[in-house]
Amino acid sequence: MLNLDLVNQLKAKFGDIISEPTEFRGEITVKLADAEKIVEVCECAKTKLGFDYLVDISSIDNYGEDPRWTMVYHLRNFTNGAELRIKTNVSEEKSELPTVLSVWATSNWHEREIYDMMGIRFSGHPDLRRILMWEGYPYFPLRKDFPLAGKPTNVPDVAFTRVTPMEGGPFVTLPSSNDAITREPRVRVPEGAEPGLSDKQLAKK
Amino acid sequence: MATVQDIEIPDSATRNALALEDLQDMQGEKMVLNMGPSHPATHGVLRIVLELDGELITKAAPDVGFLHRGDEKIAENMTYTQFIPYTDRLDYLAPLANNVAYALAVEKLLGVHDKLPPRCQYIRVMCAELARISSHLLGLGAFSMDMGAVTVFLLTFTEREKIYNLCESLTGARLTTSYTRIGGVARDLPPGWVEQCRKFLDEVVVNINEAETLLTRNRIWVDRVRDLAVISKADAIDYGLSGPNLRGSGIEYDLRKNQPYLCYKDLDFDIPVGSTGDCYDRYLVRMEEMRQSVRIIHQCLEKIPGGADNKSKEPINVDDGKIVLPPKQKVMSSMEELIHQFMLVTEGVNCPPGETYFGHENPKGELGFYINSKGGGTPYRMKIRSPSFVNLSIIPKIFPGCMMSDTVAILGSLDFVMGECDR
Repeated sequence: MLNLDLVNQLKAKFGDIISEPTEFRGEITVKLADAEKIVEVCECAKTKLGFDYLVDISSIDNYGEDPRWTMVYHLRNFTNGAELRIKTNVSEEKSELPTVLSVWATSNWHEREIYDMMGIRFSGHPDLRRILMWEGYPYFPLRKDFPLAGKPTNVPDVAFTRVTPMEGGPFVTLPSSNDAITREPRVRVPEGAEPGLSDKQLAKK
Repeated sequence: MATVQDIEIPDSATRNALALEDLQDMQGEKMVLNMGPSHPATHGVLRIVLELDGELITKAAPDVGFLHRGDEKIAENMTYTQFIPYTDRLDYLAPLANNVAYALAVEKLLGVHDKLPPRCQYIRVMCAELARISSHLLGLGAFSMDMGAVTVFLLTFTEREKIYNLCESLTGARLTTSYTRIGGVARDLPPGWVEQCRKFLDEVVVNINEAETLLTRNRIWVDRVRDLAVISKADAIDYGLSGPNLRGSGIEYDLRKNQPYLCYKDLDFDIPVGSTGDCYDRYLVRMEEMRQSVRIIHQCLEKIPGGADNKSKEPINVDDGKIVLPPKQKVMSSMEELIHQFMLVTEGVNCPPGETYFGHENPKGELGFYINSKGGGTPYRMKIRSPSFVNLSIIPKIFPGCMMSDTVAILGSLDFVMGECDR
């Protein structure tokens, strides 16, 4: 199989820091043990194995586990259609790994988005600013410990946020194996925040 | 005491040199111009900070995120089926294509993406292609209207109205379609839909041809868009472009051909590619893609199992009670179906632990869903790879060197939608 051949070439070059490939639904995933090596591995994948197209970078928050962050790189070879996913872990204390901007220019905005949403930094990135949220927003909203209802913030003259009222809102459940009532609380007020008020309630106030 | 003061009088040559220096200073002064977020040519809420030297752009910094709603966070907090209406609001010019993309992504995680009944596959392909025509028509209309050709806009919007009518009779809604379900589609084709669709296809070709006669050889149009914002093959790949923007640069890559899903491998269609990668090529690619989509839908209407009225009762959903809601009649009369219905509504579709990425050839490019599941009815993490977000990241590369008046043409040719970019 083509994809596995390419992975074995990558393994031959980098040895033990590349894990055995796993396959799920026809997609090949390898784990990279050392996040600091991500640039070399990506560079090799691009120049030697022809993975010229970076489809996407995502990050996963393994809240409550160590290491906390998992980075997911999705690579594609335009010539033969092979695809490969590289995953690597980053600890919460560090929360930093090298940027792959020197390999693919498209990683610029993907990495800014990950920094914006999860607060993982990319060393060597020339322009690591928030991209979807505004400058000065204090939280990283896609972290698992950030509540769905939001937190109150205020950047004067720029933007503010309020806690969203969740009563009677859409039916939302939390991913866990708890019973239905714990998994589907209609009111989820973040710790230390006032409960959210609907516009009607605010007007009354 | 000295009463004489030396006054320095420069000779004429020095004076001229000094004056020129002053002038150069003035010429070298850059002006920073803020474009957007509410600007008619930004098609939504995109802000671009332009640095101008006279009329020449020297630097462009796009600022996105004004339409950010936290879709990925929302997805983590609800079941897979509950997220379908949110996909309507990603690329809101092609909601049907987003529905198809999302359903296929979850089905891939479930492992049923290759077990979909043929009738369902054909219906989904028609939905995706109708969405493509609709999105390209709007892109073309807005592009040409920004350039001053309002007639084309009126032509394309007449046709889009007919697509909305088709959507309405198929799904019950014109914009927020929410048509697909995990494992199938919400309902079968309504009576008369096939004839209505055939009639539309015949009419849309006439109007595409008319728009083409207005633009393709129009001297003003060609002069404004040809050789403008050329994206080389290498840049297109490096910046991760997808869809017509990638193919406009001459790279023949289309997920419908290169990673065939649904019934695309049984259908006959061509992938148009550009040669130079300028705005004109991207325009031509979209024109031809609409014709190819018409061709695909014609074949689907011809080949669809069960025909127009589905007399042979071909299934439109996967035959699995743990994925698709059972018929209401059976829920009321049979224990097993009652349990399935209850579990599906309260717990959601039970997905296995694992991670999958599915990329769908959307009108704007590759719309991908990366789903990381720890099992159960909700995703642990869902990343939406939106084509518009990635396509816009090339702006700082291609804008410098263009004229101020070219910005609207380049933005029109990139054809993005902010709902999807900002998620």
